[in-house]
Amino acid sequence: MNLRETVHEMTRRDKVFDFVNRPTERPSRVDISHNTILYLEDITVSFDGFRALDALTLYIDAGELRCIIGPNGAGKTTMMDVITGKTRPEAGQAWFGQTFNLLRMDEPEIAQAGIGRKFQKPTVFTEHTVFENLELSLAGPRGVWHTLFARLDGAQRDRIAEVMEIIGLQDHALQRAGSLSHGQKQWLEIGMLLMQEPQLLLVDEPVAGMTPQETERTAELLTSLAGKRSVVVVEHDMAFVRSISRTVTVLHEGRVLAEGSIDAVQNDSEVRRVYLGE
Amino acid sequence: MTPRSLLMRGGRGGAIFLAVMALLAVVVPVLNLGLAPDAALHLPDYWVTLLGKYLSYALLAIAIDLIWGYCGILSLGHTAFFALGGYAMGMYLMRQIGTRGMYGNAELPDFMVFLNWEALPWYWWGFDQFWFAMLMVLLAPGVLAFAFGWLAFRSRVGGVYLSIITQALTYALMLAFFRNEMGFGGNNGLTDFKDILGYSLQSQHTRVGLFLATVVALTLGYLACRYITGSRFGRIIEAIRDAESRTRFIGYRVEYYKLALFTFSAMLAGIAGALYVPQVGIINPGEFSPINSIEAVVWVAVGGRGTLYGAALGAGIVNYAKTWFTTAFPEIWLYALGALFVAVTLALPRGVVGLLARRKGGTA
Repeated sequence: MNLRETVHEMTRRDKVFDFVNRPTERPSRVDISHNTILYLEDITVSFDGFRALDALTLYIDAGELRCIIGPNGAGKTTMMDVITGKTRPEAGQAWFGQTFNLLRMDEPEIAQAGIGRKFQKPTVFTEHTVFENLELSLAGPRGVWHTLFARLDGAQRDRIAEVMEIIGLQDHALQRAGSLSHGQKQWLEIGMLLMQEPQLLLVDEPVAGMTPQETERTAELLTSLAGKRSVVVVEHDMAFVRSISRTVTVLHEGRVLAEGSIDAVQNDSEVRRVYLGE
Repeated sequence: MTPRSLLMRGGRGGAIFLAVMALLAVVVPVLNLGLAPDAALHLPDYWVTLLGKYLSYALLAIAIDLIWGYCGILSLGHTAFFALGGYAMGMYLMRQIGTRGMYGNAELPDFMVFLNWEALPWYWWGFDQFWFAMLMVLLAPGVLAFAFGWLAFRSRVGGVYLSIITQALTYALMLAFFRNEMGFGGNNGLTDFKDILGYSLQSQHTRVGLFLATVVALTLGYLACRYITGSRFGRIIEAIRDAESRTRFIGYRVEYYKLALFTFSAMLAGIAGALYVPQVGIINPGEFSPINSIEAVVWVAVGGRGTLYGAALGAGIVNYAKTWFTTAFPEIWLYALGALFVAVTLALPRGVVGLLARRKGGTA
């Protein structure tokens, strides 16, 4: 390439920096016209030679409640990391609806596009009150100037009150989140997810450390969310999985081992071999 | 939020802080100007300047507390911004000297004549105008902090790595400002100031005026920080401190928040530096010294971080101790400072303010 072409190439406005090239109008809502909200195709991630995900392919339908199970190290958390932008895969495609290419977005963009995540270990803002935790999670503008002058309006207060009711923390509004019990923290984090009004919820081990009653209420809540939203739950508790899910995906060594109804999956000989150790 | 609620938001500690500011604004001028020099209660002139110096340090401490106490960003180079603000003010004061310098050159400050420079370097243009110098007091630290923060926060540099880089930043600036070729007076810095806005810096009234300006700046700086920490922005800042990745997964662009806060804090530090320089009468590259930045962090730790007024209190306590120590036992000041820091870290994690709150059995 001669100098002139090189200079021309370097000064092309659409090629200089990718932020110049960024589409000015991102679609504001996820496009689920093909009835599939999440596409993962041939996703591969390795850490120091270990293949955490090995050409994983997985589709989640709009409004579906899907459980993902698998032994430790099967790649469940890594898969969530890829979807939420925390980990970049070496190969593969990840699309949210028809229009959002997840591999070209970072964590805040993905969150704003409508994917919410609950971590395995409950992560709430320990120094803030329950109310403030929910306030910060409220769907809406996330800009620096906006938040400097933002006030809660009546509808937003009502929404926070409503979510506190749903998660059973209405009597703890002004309590510091750090002083809640483990189960309450789990609930608060689920409440924070609800405040974001995501279209796709990724929920990592929601009932770990919960009492049977709490587990039951969580199952009810997640089931009630499905339909309007899509929910992906990673869980070890088979009884819990059986109580909520119609379709179960079994991951093993970074790949989908089996997929289907819970009974079909539990009777699958391959699944019994690797997962139940038979 | 109403102005009233802003004043009350700091709790009892904040109310005491504001009351002390109001008291100083009345008592110091009255005791200094209102009483004859031989009266028993007369406040000597040097005390006015000394208090003004402490208050400008207190503003620097509040700037550090804003990013450290509320967002967990430990800057060990914040006096770089303080010194840049100071230099911007110093350049204005240099240009005011005019023909009264040793060499009587109306255009060039003495040190430039001494270096045989023919003309004023371009970066000194405009500093004969007070408004331009004041703009630079904000912009010089602000732009540096923005550029530095943009690079650091976007690359997600945090924790101890960020602290080390801020040390390197202030150290590099110190070395640069020590060079005569930089055009900022080399190791002598800028000094020999005559007047500000036409008022002689030697005059008692100007000194009281500068003191009052410092009180006002500290009060407004405090209230601005109070507004920020009380807004939703402030709650996000604290959320970033406690669970950075959670904040990101909720959809906040953490790096923009840190950048905005860091830049604002640097500008506050610049204002503090600009108030400091006319009161002490000199600015030299020693102000960039990394040890100064660490000392400023110690003030905040001693006072109690995450309260704003605690930082101001800490700046007052440590600097008064320093004034006393360096007169009584000059050799052991640094040891005393180190011992103080260790003692506070081990015994008073919430600083003096935390101790007072515990004594009272409530929250200050």
